[in-house]
Amino acid sequence: MSDITLDSKSPSGPIQDRWTNHKFSVKLVNPANKRKFDIIVVGTGLAGASAAATLGGLGYNVKAFTFHDTPRRAHSIAAQGGINAAKNYHGDGDSIYRLFYDTVKGGDYRARESNVYRLAQVSVDIIDQCVAQGVPFAREYGGLLDNRSFGGAQVSRTFYAAGQTGQQLLLGAYSALAQQVHKGTVELHTRSEMLDLVVVDGQTAGIVVRDLITGEVTSHSAHAVVLATGGYGNVFYLSTNAMACNVTAAWRAHRRGALFANPCYMQIHPTCIPSSDDFQSKLTLMSESLRNDGRIWVPNNPDDTRGADQIPEGERDYYLERKYPSFGNLVPRDVASRNAKTVVDAGKGIGPLKNGVYLDFSSSLLRLGRDVVKERYDNLFEMYERITGEDPFKTPMRIYPAVHYTMGGLWVDYNLMTNIPGCYSMGEANFSDHGANRLGASALMQGLADGYFVLPYTIGDYLAPQLNQKPVPTDHPAFKAAEAAVRDQNARYLGVKGKYSVDHFHRELGKIMWDYCGMERTEAGLNKALAEIPALYTEFKKDVKVLGDDQSVNQSLERAGRVDDFFQLGYLMCQDALHREESCGGHFRAEHQTDDGEAQRDDENFSYVGAWGFNHAVADGTLHKEPLSFEYCKPSQRSYK
Amino acid sequence: MTATMNRPLGEPGASRPKPVHVSKTINLTLKVWRQKGPKDTGRFETYKAEGISEDMSFLEMLDVINERLLAENKEPITFDHDCREGICGSCSLMINGIPHGPETATATCQLHMRKFHDGQEVVVEPFRATSFPIVKDLMVDRSAFDRIVEAGGYITVFPGSAPDANLIPVPKPVADAAFIAAACIGCGACVAACPNGAANLFTAAKIGHMNLLPQGQAERYARTEAMVDTMEKFFGSCTNHGECQEACPKEISIDYIALMNKDYLRSKLKNRRYLSRKP
Repeated sequence: MSDITLDSKSPSGPIQDRWTNHKFSVKLVNPANKRKFDIIVVGTGLAGASAAATLGGLGYNVKAFTFHDTPRRAHSIAAQGGINAAKNYHGDGDSIYRLFYDTVKGGDYRARESNVYRLAQVSVDIIDQCVAQGVPFAREYGGLLDNRSFGGAQVSRTFYAAGQTGQQLLLGAYSALAQQVHKGTVELHTRSEMLDLVVVDGQTAGIVVRDLITGEVTSHSAHAVVLATGGYGNVFYLSTNAMACNVTAAWRAHRRGALFANPCYMQIHPTCIPSSDDFQSKLTLMSESLRNDGRIWVPNNPDDTRGADQIPEGERDYYLERKYPSFGNLVPRDVASRNAKTVVDAGKGIGPLKNGVYLDFSSSLLRLGRDVVKERYDNLFEMYERITGEDPFKTPMRIYPAVHYTMGGLWVDYNLMTNIPGCYSMGEANFSDHGANRLGASALMQGLADGYFVLPYTIGDYLAPQLNQKPVPTDHPAFKAAEAAVRDQNARYLGVKGKYSVDHFHRELGKIMWDYCGMERTEAGLNKALAEIPALYTEFKKDVKVLGDDQSVNQSLERAGRVDDFFQLGYLMCQDALHREESCGGHFRAEHQTDDGEAQRDDENFSYVGAWGFNHAVADGTLHKEPLSFEYCKPSQRSYK
Repeated sequence: MTATMNRPLGEPGASRPKPVHVSKTINLTLKVWRQKGPKDTGRFETYKAEGISEDMSFLEMLDVINERLLAENKEPITFDHDCREGICGSCSLMINGIPHGPETATATCQLHMRKFHDGQEVVVEPFRATSFPIVKDLMVDRSAFDRIVEAGGYITVFPGSAPDANLIPVPKPVADAAFIAAACIGCGACVAACPNGAANLFTAAKIGHMNLLPQGQAERYARTEAMVDTMEKFFGSCTNHGECQEACPKEISIDYIALMNKDYLRSKLKNRRYLSRKP
């Protein structure tokens, strides 16, 4: 494991030509030969559905797996605000180069320049593709597309469909996938959870899957496996992720040798509804787009008990506008989140638990009128009212940061292939494009870029030389052993017959993670977490209670496996956060900050991707470094002032 | 709450606000449909739901019941759920006979307990429709919806072949109407509410989204026929009760059904030369 050299396969030459040249240099599989290759795609969110549809359309034999009852339930569906593209339809100075620059800077100079430039390049194709397939983006009265602005950018480049952009894009990708399923190029397996990756002679051979209805464990082989299984924010228990989001597919690939890169990079979204009680099962995000028209403030006086409308202008602190006049309320997510934490920690929080800040629409309501505001944010306002019982047209929203997205993930090269030949990773599941902080409206962009426009080109390079080779048969001992291990693991959970539910352990793990590996991290705190997590994990293994059997639907059993993997991943996150002795983007080490409390990077020592290898036990990970170089965007202290 | 849930926690850090706020609680009697699998006949079981906070969502209330059942060594209730933001369409449930419960324009995951009153009896059943067979307890199989979409719910466009997005202007009212239909979350409340178990609102929403847009014109009639014909293979027929639009958490109007019927008729007329042929 120690002799891994990380070759990013990033092309050289002028940055604007790299992707074009690379596409020319990758090997092709001719159209008649494509049907001789089997490809497995795990996950059917934006990245997975778009890739499976495109690969099927190209003529490959595709098997798509989702643990949902239908592909369209994937959590991409919940993305609200929008998708970035360098179309410059607003004539406000946007360009591919500017989107590239904003993304590298927004990621606090911890992303690969070649990847980010490619992302910015294909962003324009994504919008064309989505519009052609019927995604009903918002439009101006002239019939052309509307845009809005998002955090970390000073141009309007975000395409949106009310507050349901993710839904509309996923329905687009799902419809393309459904068409291929109908044609027979894609074989769709729903309610099927991948529980292992099978590697034979150092090459990817296939996966082991459990049918969540019957409990049957089966093997599926292919020439290549693509993991598009999303992020791991649910390690915190409370997050904006859907309840079932998990790290299991990626983690089990990691245990089979795939490196896990930058696990400590996670994003806290600044505008979520504050938690209200211990029974809470998840946190609800309120789109960042609200920061276009909402102003964030807290009362000057921590002991102010008056209602928001009773506090005069002069006694409010619009702290983002005060500290960052040029970006104001539209600073990037990490900056907005940390500032909210600062004011709440200073006792200025609002609401019954004093755990939020105001997001106030009253000046926009005066300026634009109720109808315009309603048109822009109607579904978000309704959702807020349903959850809190308060009407944002009358009283300001209460918001607080919550775990939202994970920039870390499986290490991949420029072709999106992990270090295991034939195993690819896309979308939030990989680590590639966002560095240490993702800008708003860039996750949808990356998922679709990977699925529609990158992987379908790059995968040919790996497949072409294997023409006329059959995939490893599923009766190979490696498959049988992996199947047996999955069955044994489930039998173990059922056999513990302990005292506490899976959710109980998950909640406790989440508390450790949030307290010591959350918005602010310290050496002492991380060491504490590294002691507490294994202790809790041991307790989990001997005291978890899972009833029922593994021959039918058993939601607790499904969760037991996922939480088991979260324990291991959580440990690695803390290790990674401890080793990274700097602050960058979403990773804020209290020991490393500037005089005015901003993240202090250490480019001399930490300008690299930290990719961890798994060795026998969770605590034995080996760190491999992929150095980052910046030829175009020269690293500087990020300033949004 | 059982004692097991109140174990001492890890030392809370400064970043996590400690809940001190106590919300109002209510006591309910739940009658929940329990069914081990497709072959089991199923039955109602009664559970006391005591000390339920009004700030909980309906599904969080079920989470609490499940924790209590587990403590009593009883298998938790199986139900579909995921995003808990009203957008993934996973959650379902007939609550006191109404799909997604009493609140209009609200999926079960966004229904909050403040909409119930102390002492109320709440009957919780799965969505009932022949085409949505029960998998276990409150979980049903809605995959027939996917068959309808697979039959024609798409606009064929291969990545890389699309023209510049602004070459296809769409009048705003048209884009808005398409969007309203496209907001369908595929939860199946329309089918569950329909006395005939018809899926016309779902199918009409999918068809309306694409048939209204200029991009959807090339395949408009083929799409309509294929989807309607597939729908009829699985689901009952529409007799204009209108229950579907009442139940729809996204408030999609049955006007889209009229639009679908119009396109279906038009398609039959256009293609009447095929009418006498066997498929």
